[in-house]
Amino acid sequence: MSETPMTRAASATPPSVARRIKGLSDRAIAWIFVGPTIFLLLAINIFPLIWTVRLSFTDYKANRAGREIKNVGFRNYERILNDSDIWLNMQATAHFLFWTIFFQVLIGFTLAYLINKKFKGNDLWTTIIVLPMMLSPAVVGNFWKFLYQPQIGLFNYIVAFFTGKDPSSFEMLGSVDLAPWSIVIVDTWMWTPFVMLICLAGLRSIPDYIYEAAEIDRASKLRQFFTITIPMVLPFLMLAVLFRGIENFKMFDLVVQLTGGGPGSTTELTSINLKREAFEKWRTGYASAYAIILFVTVFGLASIYVKALNKVKER
Amino acid sequence: MSSFSVTEPSPRSKWFAGTLVILYALITMVPLAWIMLTGFKTPPDSISYPPKVFFEPSMEGYVNLFTTRTRVGQEALDALPPPDTWYEEIVRERDMVIAGPSKFGERFLNSVIIGFGSTFLSIVLGTLAAYAFSRFKIPLADDLLFFILSTRMMPPIAVAIPIFLMYRQLGLSDTHLGMILLYTAVNISLAVWLLKGFIDEIPREYEEAALIDGYTRFQAFYKVVLPQAATGIASTAIFCLIFAWNEYAFAVLLTSGTAQTAPPFIPTIIGVGGLDWPAVAAGATIFLLPVMIFTVALRKHLLRGITFGAVRK
Repeated sequence: MSETPMTRAASATPPSVARRIKGLSDRAIAWIFVGPTIFLLLAINIFPLIWTVRLSFTDYKANRAGREIKNVGFRNYERILNDSDIWLNMQATAHFLFWTIFFQVLIGFTLAYLINKKFKGNDLWTTIIVLPMMLSPAVVGNFWKFLYQPQIGLFNYIVAFFTGKDPSSFEMLGSVDLAPWSIVIVDTWMWTPFVMLICLAGLRSIPDYIYEAAEIDRASKLRQFFTITIPMVLPFLMLAVLFRGIENFKMFDLVVQLTGGGPGSTTELTSINLKREAFEKWRTGYASAYAIILFVTVFGLASIYVKALNKVKER
Repeated sequence: MSSFSVTEPSPRSKWFAGTLVILYALITMVPLAWIMLTGFKTPPDSISYPPKVFFEPSMEGYVNLFTTRTRVGQEALDALPPPDTWYEEIVRERDMVIAGPSKFGERFLNSVIIGFGSTFLSIVLGTLAAYAFSRFKIPLADDLLFFILSTRMMPPIAVAIPIFLMYRQLGLSDTHLGMILLYTAVNISLAVWLLKGFIDEIPREYEEAALIDGYTRFQAFYKVVLPQAATGIASTAIFCLIFAWNEYAFAVLLTSGTAQTAPPFIPTIIGVGGLDWPAVAAGATIFLLPVMIFTVALRKHLLRGITFGAVRK
C-alpha cells in the first residue's frame, strides 16, 4: 500500500480511531480533484495539438470547408524548411530574442542589485518599476506607436532634445534599420522588471553569513561580488532568461500592434508570419506544419537549456 | 569588531542606489503618464509640436470613446435645440451630434465577464488539482506536472489554428463560454504550479489531525487547507485575472463581435480623419488603471507571487 498521509495517520493511530476516518478513498479523491484539469488540458491543449499534427500533412484550407482534403505527406515541412523568407523571420526573431534578453538581464540585474541595498522606500519604487509588465501588451504597444511618431511623438522629441537631431528626421517604426530596435526598446521597457524581480529573489536568498565569513577572510568587495553574488544569483538569472526566452519566442501582441511586422518584413517575427499564413492566406495545412516546427524548436531549446540550468544548480 | 553588520550597505551607497532606482522608475513611468495625459487633451493638442505637457484639460477624448458621432451641416446644427448635457456641448463644438453609444462599454464588460469567469474556473480547478498533486501519490505526477506546464510553451497562434476549427464546429466561436474555457486552459498550468507551491508549505499535520478527529478528506480540505492557502489562492487569482485581462492573440483571432474583449478593440478606435489619439488614450487609461491600482495596492502579495512561481522550479 502506498504511503499516504492517511495511511500514515492510520497506522499511527489505534484501529478504533482509524476506522473513524471516513469518506471516499484517497485514490478516488485524487482523481476527482485532478480529473477536471486533465480533461480541460486534453480538450483544449492536447487534442488541438494532435489535430494540428494531422492537418500539417494535408493541404487543408479553413476558409474553404467543403473542399476535398488531400494528404501531401511531408511536403509542407519540406517547403517551410527550404523557404528563405522563413529563415529571414527566424533571423528577425533571433535578433529580437538576443537583444531583449541582453538588455533585460543587464538592466534587470543592475536594478535588483541596487534595490537590494535596501534604501528607504525601496518596495514602493520596486512596485512602480513593475507596473509596465502588468499591463496589456497590445494596448500599450498600440500607444507606443503614438510615442514613436516622427513629428509629434514624445519619444522622437526626447531623443531629438538630447541629440540635437531634427525629430522628424528619423522614423522608429518606418525605417528598416530602426524598426527592429523599436520593438527591442518597448519589450525591454515592459519586461525588464520581470528579470529584476527574479534577480531580487536570488539576491535575497543569499544568507548574510556567507558575506560575513568572506569579510572575516578579508575578501575584497569586488571579489565577494564575483565569487558569492554572481554564482548564487546565476540559477535565478538563468531561470529568468528561460521564461523571457519562451515568452519572446511566442511574441505576438506587442509587435503586431507596434509594427505589424513591417516595414517590409524586418520585424516579422515567426508568430506574426504564422498568423499571416494561417489567418490571412488561410493555408491551414501549411501553417500547421509551421506551428509544429516552432513548437518543436521551443520545446527542444528549452529542454537543452533546462538541463544546463540543472547543472548550474547542482554545482 | 564594529557594532554594525558588515552586510549592511553604507548610507552613501544606499543614497546612490536609491537615486538611480528612482531615476529609472521615473523614466519608466513617462509612457504611462503620457497615456493618461493624452486622454485629457483635445485632438489638436494631442498632435501638436512640440508635444504639450501643459494644456487645457478636456473631456473630449472620453466623450469620443463612449459615443459615436455624425457630422452635420451648419444649418442643421443651428436648427437643433441648445445642447442639454456637457458632453453634447463638447461634441457640438466640432460640428457634430451624438449618434449613439460606442461599443467600448460592451467590450469592457466582455473583458470583465471573461476575465472573472476564467479566473474563477482556473482557481477552482487549479486548487483541487494542486491539492491532489501536493498530498496524494499520483502515478507519473512529475511528468503530469511538466506536461501541464509545457502547454504554456506553445505559441498562441499555433494553438489558435485547431481551436479556431474546433470552436467553429462546436459553435463556440465568439462566445463568452468559449473564451472563458480557453483562458482557463491557458491559465490553469500556472495556477496549478503556483498553488502546489503554496499548499506544499502548509504542514500536513493539520489535516492529519483533522482526519483523526473524524473529518472526511473533503472536510479537511475545505475547513483546514483552504483557509490556510487563502493568501496563495488570492495572489494566484490576481495572476490569472491579469493574464485574461491582457490577452490579445486569442481574442483577436477568435472573437469579432459579441465576445470581443477590450484589447483588440481599443487599437481600432478611429476618429474623423485619422486615429483619435485622445480617445485611444482614454480607453487605454480606463483599461489599464484598474491593473495599476491593483498592483500598487496588493504589491506585497504580487511580488511574492511572481518570484515564488519562479523560485519554485
